[in-house]
Amino acid sequence: MLEVKDITKTYRSGEMETTALRGVSFNVERGDFLAIMGPSGSGKSTLMHILGCLDTPTSGHYFLEEKDVSELSDEELAETRKHKIGFVFQSFNLLPRTTVLRNVALPLIYSDIPEEEREKRVKEALKRAGLAEERFGHLSNQLSGGERQRVAIARALVNNPSLILADEPTGNLDSKTGRVVLETFQRLNEEQRRTVILITHERYIAEHAHRIINILDGAIVEDGFNHNQRLLNHKKP
Amino acid sequence: MKTSDLLQETFFALTMNKARSGLTILGIVIGIGSVIAMISIGQGAQVSIQQSIQSIGSNLLVVYPGAQMSGTGRQVSSGFGTAQTLTLADADKIAQGVPAVELIAPETSHRYQITAKGTNTNTSVVGTTPSYAQIKNFEMESGLFLSEQDVRGSSKVAVLGPTTRDDLFGEGVNPIGQKIRINKIDFTVIGVTQSKGTSGFMSQDDMIFIPISTAQLFLTGDDYLSSINIQISNEKLMASAQEQTTAILLASHNISDPEMADFQILNQADILATLTSVTNTFTVFLGAVGGISLLVGGIGIMNMMLTTVTERTREIGLRKAIGAKKEDISRQFLTESVMLTVIGGVIGIILGMAIASVISRFTQVTTSVSLFSIMLAFGVSAAVGIGFGYYPARRAAALNPIEALRYE
Repeated sequence: MLEVKDITKTYRSGEMETTALRGVSFNVERGDFLAIMGPSGSGKSTLMHILGCLDTPTSGHYFLEEKDVSELSDEELAETRKHKIGFVFQSFNLLPRTTVLRNVALPLIYSDIPEEEREKRVKEALKRAGLAEERFGHLSNQLSGGERQRVAIARALVNNPSLILADEPTGNLDSKTGRVVLETFQRLNEEQRRTVILITHERYIAEHAHRIINILDGAIVEDGFNHNQRLLNHKKP
Repeated sequence: MKTSDLLQETFFALTMNKARSGLTILGIVIGIGSVIAMISIGQGAQVSIQQSIQSIGSNLLVVYPGAQMSGTGRQVSSGFGTAQTLTLADADKIAQGVPAVELIAPETSHRYQITAKGTNTNTSVVGTTPSYAQIKNFEMESGLFLSEQDVRGSSKVAVLGPTTRDDLFGEGVNPIGQKIRINKIDFTVIGVTQSKGTSGFMSQDDMIFIPISTAQLFLTGDDYLSSINIQISNEKLMASAQEQTTAILLASHNISDPEMADFQILNQADILATLTSVTNTFTVFLGAVGGISLLVGGIGIMNMMLTTVTERTREIGLRKAIGAKKEDISRQFLTESVMLTVIGGVIGIILGMAIASVISRFTQVTTSVSLFSIMLAFGVSAAVGIGFGYYPARRAAALNPIEALRYE
């Protein structure tokens, strides 16, 4: 469902040329749970931007659901992001002082979903992300870090995307709430066959995925099935 | 993105920082309010001038002594209407020679000190004929206007304007039969004119009318006139009547070159046009003063929007990441600035109208708020929103989502 073919990315600033990715190739099947791991400066963020259709590669091809998205215009990329990708960020990026419901509904206003359907979808996404119902009316700044990240996950789910991209989703959380968030991803992956790509610099976090791609200096150094996946019990909180 | 969503997003964004939005709106309120109030003063002046000209009388030609203001500048022009070139004989010739003349009223007016039983005032004394009242639309409050007999007999009778009556005898007192002294000569009051309102630049209520023969005999001592008022029977005959009058006067004054004429003729349309152009300039000037504050308000909008775009960089990045297009982002920020100016515009229009009514209630200045000025103010405020919101909105739309998401 997702195919990356010999992708390179070069940044040019004045005379200086920096190569962030040098020939990266891999496939991801539907329902996979993949971790992309690497230290800072390894090129994992650049790869995430390309996978998330926020950026295009300098050369190579990227097929998302059999469609080549490596040479699309900004507007076409936005259209692709709208329907196929759900982002979860390290710093949550919720709208400040805004209710949970409005935060989760945000992607829907850009895709013209009718009002009646929105509420249904928003509530469903929030339940899947595991946020307690009495929190739905709260403002984003009244929530704990773990709750905020679950709102962000619900926001990523609400448009029913093919791919969920999580960029260091536990980076701003303590280990206990981090576990809850990872558990949420595992559950979504298992119960709903969601394709999840987790970007992290910590091996411990990466080990919660089925498969780990290790990236260093812009190239893949390790790509394999994770035999000792850390499974968390999927009790709904 | 649906319009209802756009408006809802805008509403939330503006209420997020109420103090800042409020102050920015205030800037527009003051701008639009001052434009409305200022223009209302200008237009009020225009309306009152038109009314006062209509109250003077219609189809009116006025002949003044003295040289034409325009021309080659060979002549030295003394004060308007003070030259001594027109006489009663001229008035008679016009009355006989121009068929379109309906009424004619020669007039000689000068200011004198007037006394009556210990009170005194200084006002203009108009020596004229009975037709003056008809030509200038004067109605009587009490008593009678001058009669033919008064003129023929050079009677020492006077008709007072209501303001003059108030000054000399006190408000509401009936002065008929009382004596007043003009230039040490006793006159008997025979009537009081009705008030025409203090409209325009000259009060028509502060005047004394006496027979022209009396004025020439006892006050001025000469035969000269300060103007001849002519009422023409039909508006369409104004131009030809003006030409005929010019020809008659040139002939009687033995002047062959019309440029050397020692008199000038104003018709009501000319006066109206001149005054209208003056008040238009006045209105534009006042509007410009208001416009400057509107401009400052607009800069306030731009300032706020730029700050907002910077503050909300991460939010813009997020919106772009979840699929908002450039157009969505720029439309959103543009709607915010237009919403600010439209809210400010509506409040400003109300404020401006309130100021205008306060001005006309508590001062002598008349004001008039026209639909045109409201539409103009509203259009301008929307345009200010678009104009000053355009650059910040474009800046927001042009942000790179990756960099925007990383922005600290």
